Amino acid sequence: MIPLQTTELSGLVALAPTLAFGLTALGLLVVDSIEPEASNRGLLAGLSVVGSLLALLATGFVLFATGGEPVRLFGGQLIVDGMSLFFTFIFASVTALVSLASYDYLRDTPYQAEFYALVLLAATGMSLMATSNSFATVFVSLELSSLPSYALVAYLKRNRGSVEAGIKYFLIGALSSAVLAYGISLVYGVTGSLLLPEVASALSGGVGDGLLGVLGIGVLMIVGGVAFKTASVPFHFWAPEAYEGAPAPISAFLSSASKAAGFVVAFRVFVTAFPLEANIGVDWVLAFQVLAFVTMFIGNFAAATQENVKRMLAYSSIGHAGYVLIALGALTGAGDSGFILGAGMLHLVVYGFMNTGAFLFVALVEYWGVGRTFEDYNGLATQAPVACVAMTVFLFSLAGLPIGGGFLSKFFLLMAAVDGGVLLLAAALVINSALSLYYYSRVVRAMWIEDPSTPFDIESYPTGLYAAVVAAAVVTVALLPALGLFSDVAFEAAATLF
Amino acid sequence: MLIEVLIAACLLGAAITFLAPDRVAGRLAFAISLVPVVVSVYMYSVFDGTGNVLLQGGQPAFETTVEWFTLGAYQLSYHTGLDGISMPLIALSTILTTLAILSAWTPIDERQSQFYGLMFVMEASLIGVFSALDFFVWFVFWEAVLIPMYFLIGVWGGPRRKYAAIKFFVYTNVASLVMFVGFFTLVFGLGDSIASLGLPEIAQALNRGALGSVYGLSGDAVALIAFVLMFFGFAVKVPVVPLHTWLPDAHVEAPTPVSVMLAGVLLKMGTYAMLRFNFTMLPEVATALAPYLAAIAVISVIYGALLALAQQDLKRIVAYSSVSSMGYVILGLVAYTVYGLGGATFQMISHGLISGLLFLCVGVIYNTTHTRMVGDMSGLADRMPVTVGALVAGSFAYMGLPLMAGFAAEFFIFVGTFDAGFAGAPVFTALAMFGIVIVAGYLLFALQRTVFGGFFSATDYPVREAGVHDLVPLVVLVVLIVVLGTAPDIAFAMIRDAVGPILDLDAAGYASVETLNALSALGGVQ
Repeated sequence: MIPLQTTELSGLVALAPTLAFGLTALGLLVVDSIEPEASNRGLLAGLSVVGSLLALLATGFVLFATGGEPVRLFGGQLIVDGMSLFFTFIFASVTALVSLASYDYLRDTPYQAEFYALVLLAATGMSLMATSNSFATVFVSLELSSLPSYALVAYLKRNRGSVEAGIKYFLIGALSSAVLAYGISLVYGVTGSLLLPEVASALSGGVGDGLLGVLGIGVLMIVGGVAFKTASVPFHFWAPEAYEGAPAPISAFLSSASKAAGFVVAFRVFVTAFPLEANIGVDWVLAFQVLAFVTMFIGNFAAATQENVKRMLAYSSIGHAGYVLIALGALTGAGDSGFILGAGMLHLVVYGFMNTGAFLFVALVEYWGVGRTFEDYNGLATQAPVACVAMTVFLFSLAGLPIGGGFLSKFFLLMAAVDGGVLLLAAALVINSALSLYYYSRVVRAMWIEDPSTPFDIESYPTGLYAAVVAAAVVTVALLPALGLFSDVAFEAAATLF
Repeated sequence: MLIEVLIAACLLGAAITFLAPDRVAGRLAFAISLVPVVVSVYMYSVFDGTGNVLLQGGQPAFETTVEWFTLGAYQLSYHTGLDGISMPLIALSTILTTLAILSAWTPIDERQSQFYGLMFVMEASLIGVFSALDFFVWFVFWEAVLIPMYFLIGVWGGPRRKYAAIKFFVYTNVASLVMFVGFFTLVFGLGDSIASLGLPEIAQALNRGALGSVYGLSGDAVALIAFVLMFFGFAVKVPVVPLHTWLPDAHVEAPTPVSVMLAGVLLKMGTYAMLRFNFTMLPEVATALAPYLAAIAVISVIYGALLALAQQDLKRIVAYSSVSSMGYVILGLVAYTVYGLGGATFQMISHGLISGLLFLCVGVIYNTTHTRMVGDMSGLADRMPVTVGALVAGSFAYMGLPLMAGFAAEFFIFVGTFDAGFAGAPVFTALAMFGIVIVAGYLLFALQRTVFGGFFSATDYPVREAGVHDLVPLVVLVVLIVVLGTAPDIAFAMIRDAVGPILDLDAAGYASVETLNALSALGGVQ
């Protein structure tokens, strides 16, 4: 029993990043119960930032200590490996940026301790999603990250848009949870296991003809659950409403971190539980190819017709989900699977910074009370040149111009699509990138080139928001030369799954 | 490391000027911009590169290689270095940027710190384009040039600046995408025979004949497709008729210093890339398509000149004349002889200086008279003799007056093209030479009506000589043009050393060392 105990001990250390999130959330609640009335904003935001940075440090430490070797916990229900740590890095960075930015954004709102606690609980759920190695933990951790998100979207409870968005998000979320749970139960019924590797081994012997259809429906329902969390077509309808209605830092959080969490589940579930060679009744690679294609076009075309910057970003984030889906759709077995999956992971890490930054810039503009449409952004650069430089970096990087890491990560996806032999997806990626430049540059043009349509005066320059936006911009640019630091980790982590 | 010093100085300068208050930004930017000039002139003086960097035996000067990351089977590196083709272009970029910054003091009167910051970003990107030896590094810089240019036209431009900026951005970005696809066709065709996307490695693999088939297309078809796609991508930037329509819009709307950079350096990116990618990497396709490419070049020369002849706006005249002059560059490249390729490169430098000078003159005249229309002024020579002197000098250089850079460049090109091996080369040369007659026509016509005769100005502004800081760039450029025209070997020796190896790899062997020596003796250019 002694070796087992040491494994348990080192296992808890391996879970340190998740624990850091969870304990910080609890700590925030403790602080709030000691002094419920005095809303010490600085302390709450500071605690969340420190907590997420601790999680970030712990991620680095665990990666360094284990070298990305898988550590299995709780009978294999959880697995800490390069893949989970890579995604925890994304969650921790985004959570830190969002917490930092929320300090200013929430200056006049009540229930701040609850806000930060919910953010960190959601982050806990996401990092658990990254380590989930069983359908049971997938479902539980997905709910743990979703439930706080519903509340956070509706956080501005005096704002009709926010409440409406929260309800919409909640209803669609509940529906997709049900779909996911039903799909899991079908898979369980056929294979008799919830652990992902055991599902795979149960499938390797083949399943009876009568059960193949049941299994296929189960897999498709799981695809649906993933599509909801990643805001992919056809479960994307909540995303524009929720991102628009939610407080802008929460939009950043959901569209970057939550989306990445959905993808890590998808990567792990489909690669581990339903390997390509197993006959499962449906071709999930084809399903993801279709999803990727449709999601890219619907997201980008819808984004191109928006008049509201926040909504445009919301739709463009659907488009980006389509880009990352290429990583699953290109797993045809023709190419190097580790490279293909790693390309998706790389895009998510870059996207985590550039998209968070873009939404935080929107938060900054909301803080100033300027407005949300393209016209409202006219001439912003005359008042806030530094923030506008940062926003320009985000937008051009999102569009795939080589000013930030977005160029390289999109290029990796392009190579992945070519490597996997799905040239149609490669072409769709190029076409959509070119299209996206049109609507992203509309914002750039409004900020820098147009004259202010209504005179406005920006009086204060909030430190927290500015710091978060500038930090995200610096990382976005730095990821262009420094993507190599991540690419090796990503490719190795992805390769260990196969 | 010196290339990185140049780039870092520009980027640091960009950050400093961007954050500096507007009233000191111009002076500060000028002071900072002297650093790259000094460094690049020093580099020029100690330049020790030999051969062509892309080809066997070529040894770049100031080389830097740092591993970047691996992309599947390819090792990407930050790899820079200079040879005789890129060195003069780097010097041209730094010098023109400094002069453009100096000339911006008068016309740029709002958001100065942002303007100069963007000028530095553009300078850094241009240096990167001309020095990068790895495709990814090169492409990053290539695309990065678009962003400052978009803002410089869009924010500080004329009345139709938004339209011009978007048009520029869309045209050149689509072109980049096409070129990108073309380049990767080559990469896929090369398959396992390359282990990196370094330009030298790719060029050498292609010249070894390592190009295989891709998706059922034969190697020859792949080469042809890649050549056409890349040529199209670069041709938009040059620009070549009929892809030139963004250029006059961009030029007319851009403020003077930006026009100087656009005509002086940005257009050269297109021909530089053609020389590096199309004509160095795919010589067989280039020689096979030579008559068609020559036809395109000659059409650009004649049509651009005719368009310039039809303009009433001084700036438009100079803008269209660029289409015509860049046509000569392509003609020189197509010739595929030492004097053709070398003359084309020399023409890039010489056109950079001369068109920069003409745009500066037009800018100074506009600052004073507030009009650019030929019919709205006359007799300026009396009121602003230095400016007019520079304008006349620049025009004569453009027409190819001996002892000026334009003459040397065009002479090289014509000599090179006349000797070229493709069908009908002498006819194409003769047609292109006729372009010079039209150039002389429109320039003399414009000069006669604006600067000579009795003084008249349709606007109420007092017309007098511009300030010293406006005139210094003109004088510097005139001096450089004369120096380069009287002693072309300052640049041409270096250039010839770098273009020579391109021809040795050409199987058809259009040009030989004997013709080179014979022409050297004949032309007295040694």
